[in-house]
Amino acid sequence: MNGPLAPATVDPTVAPFVDRILAARAARTPLRIRGGGTKDFHAARLDGDVLDTAALSGIVDHEPSELVLVARAGTPLAEVEAALAAHGQCLAFEPPRFAHGGTLGGAIASGLSGPRRVSTGSARDYVLGVAIVDGRGQALRFGGRVMKNVAGYDVSRLIAGSWGTLALLTEVALKVLPRPEAETTLRFEMAEADAIAQLARWAGQPLPISASAHLEQTLTVRLSGAGSAVDAARAKLGGDPVPTHTADAFWNALRDQSAAFFTVPGRTVWRVSLQSTAPPLGLGPQCLEWGGALRWIAGDVDADTVHATAARHGGHATLWHGGDRGRGLQRVAPGVMAIQRRLKAALDPDGLFGPGRLFPDP
Amino acid sequence: MGKPELFPALSTADRAALLTRLGAVLPATSLLWSAEDTRPYECDGLSAFRRVPLAVVLPETEQQVVDVLRICRDLKVPVVPRGAGTGLSGGALPMTEGVTLGLSKMKRILAVDPLARTARVQPGVRNLAISEAVAPHGLYYAPDPSSQIACSIGGNIAENSGGVHCLKYGLTVHNVHALRMVTIDGDIVELGGLGLDAAGYDLMALAIGSEGMLGIVTEITVKLLPKPVKAQVVLAAFDSVVKAGEAVAAVIGAGIIPAGLEMMDQLATRAVEQFVHAGYPLDAAAILLCESDGTPEEVASEIARVIDIMRNCGATEVRCSRDDAERLRFWSGRKSAFPAVGRLVPDYYCMDGTIPKKNLAAVLDGIARLSAQHGMQCANVFHAGDGNLHPLIMFDANVPGQSETAERFGADILELCVAMGGTITGEHGVGMEKIDQMCVQFTTPELDTFHAVKRAFDPHRLLNPDKAIPTLARCADYGAMRVSRGALPFPELPRF
Ligand SMILES: Cc1cc2nc3c(=O)[nH]c(=O)nc-3n(C[C@H](O)[C@H](O)[C@H](O)COP(=O)(O)OP(=O)(O)OC[C@H]3O[C@@H](n4cnc5c(N)ncnc54)[C@H](O)[C@@H]3O)c2cc1C
Repeated sequence: MNGPLAPATVDPTVAPFVDRILAARAARTPLRIRGGGTKDFHAARLDGDVLDTAALSGIVDHEPSELVLVARAGTPLAEVEAALAAHGQCLAFEPPRFAHGGTLGGAIASGLSGPRRVSTGSARDYVLGVAIVDGRGQALRFGGRVMKNVAGYDVSRLIAGSWGTLALLTEVALKVLPRPEAETTLRFEMAEADAIAQLARWAGQPLPISASAHLEQTLTVRLSGAGSAVDAARAKLGGDPVPTHTADAFWNALRDQSAAFFTVPGRTVWRVSLQSTAPPLGLGPQCLEWGGALRWIAGDVDADTVHATAARHGGHATLWHGGDRGRGLQRVAPGVMAIQRRLKAALDPDGLFGPGRLFPDP
Repeated sequence: MGKPELFPALSTADRAALLTRLGAVLPATSLLWSAEDTRPYECDGLSAFRRVPLAVVLPETEQQVVDVLRICRDLKVPVVPRGAGTGLSGGALPMTEGVTLGLSKMKRILAVDPLARTARVQPGVRNLAISEAVAPHGLYYAPDPSSQIACSIGGNIAENSGGVHCLKYGLTVHNVHALRMVTIDGDIVELGGLGLDAAGYDLMALAIGSEGMLGIVTEITVKLLPKPVKAQVVLAAFDSVVKAGEAVAAVIGAGIIPAGLEMMDQLATRAVEQFVHAGYPLDAAAILLCESDGTPEEVASEIARVIDIMRNCGATEVRCSRDDAERLRFWSGRKSAFPAVGRLVPDYYCMDGTIPKKNLAAVLDGIARLSAQHGMQCANVFHAGDGNLHPLIMFDANVPGQSETAERFGADILELCVAMGGTITGEHGVGMEKIDQMCVQFTTPELDTFHAVKRAFDPHRLLNPDKAIPTLARCADYGAMRVSRGALPFPELPRF
């Protein structure tokens, strides 16, 4: 039992982190929470002493028939994925790696999802519970290890995607899924507008499409699921089959942004998340994913134009890397921003964690 | 079953001022204040808790919602949102000194985009009405609570409702793109978006499941899915709940995510059979319903595997639906389990704990012991794939003492769920009902954090203020009471 009836105990691996946060609080020095540092590139500012989560490592619990994995935040993503693979399971949201050494905590704190997001959901969709240390040095738990839970507000999902600016994540419980039985990748020569329309039509049918990408004049689509379903869909869709090793390399490069599109030196890249059926944006070189709901735009595009275009299609834009980061990475409506600031103050009253990482200070 | 209120009585003058100001922004038919008009709103689906509100408002537009909230904020009058009133935890229980804000007149489907597979709807739209409206496009809205013919999508958002298909298709939180919400200050905020994520913190995730305590949801954009070509269900009978529980673990362990995986114990099966004649075997200790959907090829291979697993786990009988009519008949029993039990006894009390599936047998065993201890029967229906248990405590409120016993029995079950590594509510919400058990599940700083989250949205603490998150004073009283009943509950169980 946890409640006020039980004596408070702090996990011994977490205790040094509590001390560190209390010391930083007393000294008023900000902290920069860091897992593997694979996402350092995505920040408006990187301020504060590094708080490295490496010591918070290890899988706490994995029960394949519960579809639940619990691990400490600093556990290498590779270790988590290997443990799951040994039981034919996976992190369904296909977290991007960007580089070696990423941690589970970083994957969740960034809330980022890979190509499979379009069919299986996002990182936050798989979060069942978290343990955190807040800006007052309090060790707290929200959610749990069960699939359904509406006891209290869903603070766990709020932490997903907060980029270490609300609290230190110390442990995560995730829903995991069986790996698809079969997978195949198909390719089509197609202009962007046609690809957007085609993807929407396919998405309206019960087809096992698990990823899609349009780059230059090529649409690439991945099918995943039961062997019979993948075979039937492949016959229906047509296209040119891509050999497995080439396909795996393609999707991994897209997920980890090691594909040529993302690695041009000095290139500014915008991430535009919007309604999947939005017509071609015509803003510059582009890589389209998620059935049209995600468009990566390269080049020096005017910030106001990108934000306005995204908003017009029910979405938002993020300055992903490069560019002028002074005005923050995203724009948030004032009413929502006011709530965000109050939430930040609730969890991190002294502004210790990642000041200015996502938004300029008020 | 009654709990204290926080707000002092309004003076006659303040009350008159409130009604006058509300009357100025609402049509006459949208403002109810006489006892005979407000009494129908005195409770939700948990009828053991009743309070007649000071007034009921039924706005027809978002602007009226804004106006009502500003007036209530100015006069410091608490507001309790209400959808269809099917909630089972007293979330929409009125406050004697508060205004109940019903969304039942805001029930238009505003737009359907079949290509982008979204529907934008007002909060009072019934859950099933969405799927009906989009059916001509071959689409549907996946979360399907058993109450779906009646409950509102706004209520679903507030409770993060699930249904028998959420094992595969997710809860409400997984099936919503965007929300419009009015804060107590009358500001409109848009959360989420038409893309697959939104800028900034995930406030939509916080709003979903927040039991009407953060804002009034006035518009919802839901995600629609293409209807599976085929669905088939396997009905398997077992001579012990332990074996049925093992079969559930075996199905999931085999890498199958069924579209639905439900369990009912013998008491529930027998109650249902009298009511709907679903054809359930009456001698089984437990039955499982396991549905597979997808392409015909997928369904055929999955069903074959499921049947094998059920047999290997010792099923005494395995049947497979031959057509859609039979499939729906198999489900009809499960979907009407609550009313079926309701027909057998004058009153029943539905609990909603979630546990790790591996502890199912131990929890059912614990419930059986509590049942003997309290001298009250309890039927169990179970979203087995998710570990979400609905014990239905059967009693008669007209027999003195039985209501109190049922309430204690229920509290014991919830605390058993927490002790077994679970939670006090999977999908029905804390509401008024389980507010004391929140003290068992969370520590003081965790409860403080919840209060701070509420303040970030509702600084005046006026929206559904006495629900879901207990004050620390309340927890202190509850702790004293529990301990005085004799040490910790379930001292024999390992603590998680
Ligand atoms: C027979 C039966 C079967 C059920 N089966 C299931 C099931 O399978 N799965 C499941 O999850 N639930 C189930 N329920 C519970 C209930 O139907 C759900 O909780 C439902 O979502 C409540 O919707 P409602 O419109 O009736 O909301 P209400 O009961 O009116 O309100 C519920 C909560 O939502 C708040 N609220 C309502 N509308 C708004 C709004 N627009 N903005 C902000 N807050 C709002 C209220 O304040 C309250 O806290 C069942 C209930 C019954 C009676």
